[in-house]
Amino acid sequence: MNYYVMKNNQRINLLDIPTVNFESLRAQLIATNLRPIAFFGSDWGENIKLFVALADDEKGEILVTSSLIHKSIKEYESITKENSQYHMFEREFYEQFGIKPLNHPWLKPVRKNQDDYEFFEMQGAETHQVAVGPIHAGVIEPGHFRFNCQGEKVYNLEIMLGYQHRGVEDLMVKNPSNQLVESICGDSVIAYSSAYSQLIEALSETKITPRAEIIRRIALEMERIAIHIGDMGAILGDIAYLMGKETYAVTRTLVINTMLEVSGSRFIRGLTTVGGVNFDISADMSEKIISTLDYVKKTVDKMTNAALNSPTVISRLEKTGNISFESAQELNMVGLMARSCGLNIDSRFDFEDVYYKGIERKAFRATNDAYSRFRIRYKEVKDSIKIVKKLLEKLNKLGNQALITTPNCLVQNSFALSIVEGWRGEVVHIATTDESGKISRYKIKDPSFNNWWGLSIAVRNNGISDFPLCNKGFDLSYCGFDL
Amino acid sequence: MFETLKMKLWQKKQYIKDIKNAPMREQFRGLPKLTNSICNGCEQCIKACPNNAISINPLKIDMAKCTLCGACKNFCVGAINFTNFYKLAADKPEKLIVTEEITPELYYQRAIEVRKEIYSIFNRSIKFRQVSAGGCNGCEMELNACGNANFDMGRFGIDFVASPRHADGIVITGPITKNMAYALEDCYKSTPDPKVVILCGTCAISGGVFKDSLELNREFLDKYKIDLYIPGCPVHPLTFINAILDFVRKK
Ligand code: SF4
Ligand code: SF4
Repeated sequence: MNYYVMKNNQRINLLDIPTVNFESLRAQLIATNLRPIAFFGSDWGENIKLFVALADDEKGEILVTSSLIHKSIKEYESITKENSQYHMFEREFYEQFGIKPLNHPWLKPVRKNQDDYEFFEMQGAETHQVAVGPIHAGVIEPGHFRFNCQGEKVYNLEIMLGYQHRGVEDLMVKNPSNQLVESICGDSVIAYSSAYSQLIEALSETKITPRAEIIRRIALEMERIAIHIGDMGAILGDIAYLMGKETYAVTRTLVINTMLEVSGSRFIRGLTTVGGVNFDISADMSEKIISTLDYVKKTVDKMTNAALNSPTVISRLEKTGNISFESAQELNMVGLMARSCGLNIDSRFDFEDVYYKGIERKAFRATNDAYSRFRIRYKEVKDSIKIVKKLLEKLNKLGNQALITTPNCLVQNSFALSIVEGWRGEVVHIATTDESGKISRYKIKDPSFNNWWGLSIAVRNNGISDFPLCNKGFDLSYCGFDL
Repeated sequence: MFETLKMKLWQKKQYIKDIKNAPMREQFRGLPKLTNSICNGCEQCIKACPNNAISINPLKIDMAKCTLCGACKNFCVGAINFTNFYKLAADKPEKLIVTEEITPELYYQRAIEVRKEIYSIFNRSIKFRQVSAGGCNGCEMELNACGNANFDMGRFGIDFVASPRHADGIVITGPITKNMAYALEDCYKSTPDPKVVILCGTCAISGGVFKDSLELNREFLDKYKIDLYIPGCPVHPLTFINAILDFVRKK
């Protein structure tokens, strides 16, 4: 195989990335069992340069390769046909560069041209369609869901997105900023801002202080704790178990208000900056965080115990919205949702991170249903509380260190990649620089990009009224997908 | 069953009683406080601000564009500070401009004028259809939080409803993407008259961090009258609830 092997948060020279003939690249991608984390084009004079990055989770390595496609070439034989993990990537590549993957089984718009969208339709006695969105009943982001049902049963759910498309990747080339990155997907502020900062730090070969590194990770785990607790409440809200809904909601408030005291924002905006962090966590503050988390843990334990001892809750969660291990793998699902299906991938541990050293990676017994999606959040809340405590301990041992290191200029003709395990899963940011050291391409992959399709598989053969419950369990991002 | 009821006792009362005077943590970045005499003209703040929200000689921050990120303050010699004052909404964009003279009291005093017709039509109870038109889910999460047991907005007669047909107005979040422009207008037209339009969040008011995007279509804002501007990125629940309470007040 012809790849350049790199680590997470590493800069490499563009020239080091092999350029292989497209046919042989295609053959390699079909043959490998490593999962793709990037497959995107970049304008390259009279060619389009296609970059592909594969993750080797076992070794903690990333394999990068590329291929040049002349602009006169308008089609190629799709990879998806042979390896379904590429299905979204190829659709996106087609939409961005107009090179058509022939015989792609589902070549529909990703973010643009919604007017031309042709929905899948089912025919027969008693079949009917239900169309929902883009504006939904609740206060949520827009997306269109098209159900093909027979009676109450969902046979197929088709999800059309793109309403939130703000052209973020272009904006990141024109005028990148921390503030913009924090608003790409506002429920994963730290995941996105960490990925961006690490990427720029890699491209500029800037080394930030351990203190700043640890504070970023504390924030990342606090974000995870807060959102997971909120989502546990939302899941219970959708089965009308209101005690759970409200209890988790107010418990989440405690977590985000603690982070407000650190950073001045409930969603930890303004904390991360290229070169470090803007705010410190003092010894007093760290005690406050610990005592808050102790109380949070107690409340979450009690509430979860009460909920899971309630037969009505269990009967609604168990066996609802099943998705098998095999489907999850075939669809290239990642992050929290992959783990809830038994796929053990977690970039915090798969790709070496010295700050997570000594932190135990606990196994999860997946049951692949809504129950699994509820329980995994509970598990990760407990794990993250422990991680935050460990990180605070490390932080307090460090003593005084600069919070911000002035970043250097970006190195020319480089390629860098950063993966951060946000609460949904891996957030991948990739950038290349040109000969003047400016960003020439910025690529983002949200975990939702992989996982939306999983939701549509999960609701198959379920009652349509269980859709909200499944949807909350997945809690995927519209804006992270739409960019 | 008993376990669930026990949780009720464990939780006690969670709501904020006096929402109009609810305390805010001092670290919250709210209304800016500017001091011209300290500014040495270094223009670091202007460079730090990705939203062109700040200008100097004299110092001025336009809350229509400011995301309250704090970057300008981090580079400033001390002329820029942030108070924790959270009642940031105003009924006209001009009122969102903060200069040295603007204290929280002054800002608040002139921010939202009483509108008799609003009071007489809605009688303080107002229902909204929320439309996320490119919002990052930050404002959406905060609007959802308005209804939780802490803030409990519903007790004031303010609610989000499922259909525009049931609504008295719409609350827009996000910079209004091309792909949402049609749905937004459709929603507006489906809302029965009389109706109000509220922009919630910096990116709804001015495009915010997305202002240079080619994927936006903000024509809606030229066509229809905007009744209220609520800055913040995202808008804090206390900012939102107080804004609406002031908007529908009698005097
Ligand atoms: S706080 Fe406001 S004025 Fe200051 S840099 Fe941020 S957006 Fe600009
Ligand atoms: S104002 Fe800020 S938080 Fe609100 S939707 Fe826009 S970018 Fe997101």
